[in-house]
Amino acid sequence: MSAITAMDVNVEAKRILAVSISKLYASRTQRGGLRLHRSLLLSLVMRSARDIYHSSRESEAPIAAAPEEPMDTSSRAEEQTQLPEPESEPQPVANGAEAASEVSDSREEESDGETTEDKENVSPTRQSRKRRGKASAAPDFLPSKRARLEPGEERYAAPLGSCRTMAGESLTTLSLNRVIPAF
Amino acid sequence: TFLQPPRGCDMQWCFSQVKGAIDDDVAEADIISTVEFNHTGELLATGDKGGRVVIFQQEIENKNYPQLRSEYNVYSTFQSHEPEFDYLKSLEIEEKINKIRWLPQKNAAQFLLSTNDKTIKLWKISERDRRADGYNLKEEDGRYKDPNSITSLRVPVLIPMDLMVEASPRRVFANAHTYHINSVSVNSDHETYLSADDLRINLWNLEITDRSFNIVDIKPANMEELTEVITASEFHPNQCNTFVFSSSKGTIRLCDMRASALCDKHSKLFEEPENPSNRSFFSEIISSISDVKFSHNGQYMMTRDYLSVKIWDLKMENRPVETYQVHEYLRSKLCSLYENDCIFDKFECCWNGNDSVVMTGSYNNFFRMFDREHRRDVTLEASRENSKPLQVLKPRKVCTGGKRKKDEISVDSLDFNKKILHTAWHPLDNIIAVATTNNLYIFQDKLTG
Repeated sequence: MSAITAMDVNVEAKRILAVSISKLYASRTQRGGLRLHRSLLLSLVMRSARDIYHSSRESEAPIAAAPEEPMDTSSRAEEQTQLPEPESEPQPVANGAEAASEVSDSREEESDGETTEDKENVSPTRQSRKRRGKASAAPDFLPSKRARLEPGEERYAAPLGSCRTMAGESLTTLSLNRVIPAF
Repeated sequence: TFLQPPRGCDMQWCFSQVKGAIDDDVAEADIISTVEFNHTGELLATGDKGGRVVIFQQEIENKNYPQLRSEYNVYSTFQSHEPEFDYLKSLEIEEKINKIRWLPQKNAAQFLLSTNDKTIKLWKISERDRRADGYNLKEEDGRYKDPNSITSLRVPVLIPMDLMVEASPRRVFANAHTYHINSVSVNSDHETYLSADDLRINLWNLEITDRSFNIVDIKPANMEELTEVITASEFHPNQCNTFVFSSSKGTIRLCDMRASALCDKHSKLFEEPENPSNRSFFSEIISSISDVKFSHNGQYMMTRDYLSVKIWDLKMENRPVETYQVHEYLRSKLCSLYENDCIFDKFECCWNGNDSVVMTGSYNNFFRMFDREHRRDVTLEASRENSKPLQVLKPRKVCTGGKRKKDEISVDSLDFNKKILHTAWHPLDNIIAVATTNNLYIFQDKLTG
């Protein structure tokens, strides 16, 4: 990469993810039903963006971890060295929000005293990827909610060259690959 | 044969006509969604988002402008498809006409296939210019006469009447597609045709509506594993066993129906390796093929992806023989084009009658022609500003950076709402039909001498 830093790519990836998610939501209400081709292309872009986002986040992790998890900083210092290898997707595909929150979830689990060797005897709820509460709910790449458009309203097209941030709606647990089986 | 030997992009193009409303406020139903000449070029059909088909007929001669050979006037208009509702899936089925394909003419009537997302219809367009007159038992208005008043016998005669063009649906091919139909193609055997949706291709007999054969099925057992969809499909122009289909991954598969009943396994796979320096978030979207067309001679096929047109020799699978950049200046704008949805636009492409020139549309109501023989290309604009009869079109140029010359237009000034997705070239003459959002422009080449 030339002048483009990993940070720029991260910002770009976040924005593309947010834009893609709003497009996916918008396509559910369009006339004629969900278009398989369009949904597939959206999911491919989202996957690229998500992969870039995570790989650039991992490289920034030591810096980003502290401000994101203020409640855990006390136990964090000891747990850092005991953390297992970085979280890979527990399922073939996970959406960005889940991946982001599962990293924070696993750290909270570790600080509860769970040892890595005992994974087999862990009850299902322990390994649940459900969010623990609003604090860890919203991944950092999603801006605040904005109003859903009423029928008849429209968003104007983004002027060229001004890739402005499009606010997306908050995520539900929508797996990338599960977009397709909606058909 | 050509009326005039084509000189490719030395050719000058003149405005002939424009059809459609002048309003800037475009009614959604009027958006043109497909354009197709018939096999002689005498008829030109358009389909729109409102489910209507309008057919234009070429006039023999215009007394005021004898050199104008491309005057087309409305011949027939009919409502092909209506909006429907699938109650089981709670989905509305759009009436938009996705494709029109003409059948070769066999008798006095004309036939075409028109399709929306789910249903294909065969329409018969016939002329009536005579009516029967002088019935024995009926009055002129159709009421039956009092039998006691009939005293003589006469034979009805056919008398001329004003030409009436009637369109009637002769076949309805329904309920065969789970996904959205993107293509229909009539076979060179004139008996069968194919219809393609995102995941499947079906083979039909034109006479039989309650049955079709599935010849391609790329639906994975687990939809979560879906990686590509079918984007276009066409029969070979003279080999009735051969067809191709393109995919969202930028590949084209050529299939031979003699090989097996289900043609999932291709006979040939056409694919060009990706240029790694062009990799971006949007590489997959822009490599998706939006149209595939065989050349008239059946030796080549052309594909259109977001930024380029490629010509493939059917004998060479590993790369195209020619690649033409349609609007390479958009490559650095892909992010914005993604946000405003333009990156999903599906441009079509077409060959001229002797396969020497190809044409495709772009933004700002520009369209591009590539002369394969002379290695030249030209950008022209469909605009009401250049719409005096036989006015010659001036080539346009997009300025990609640095100092903008006079008459050039900069990339940032392009109007991305004005897109030309559908173009058609008369099969035997240098007459082209170019559809802007809701207008149809007809241009012809300027004859010298």
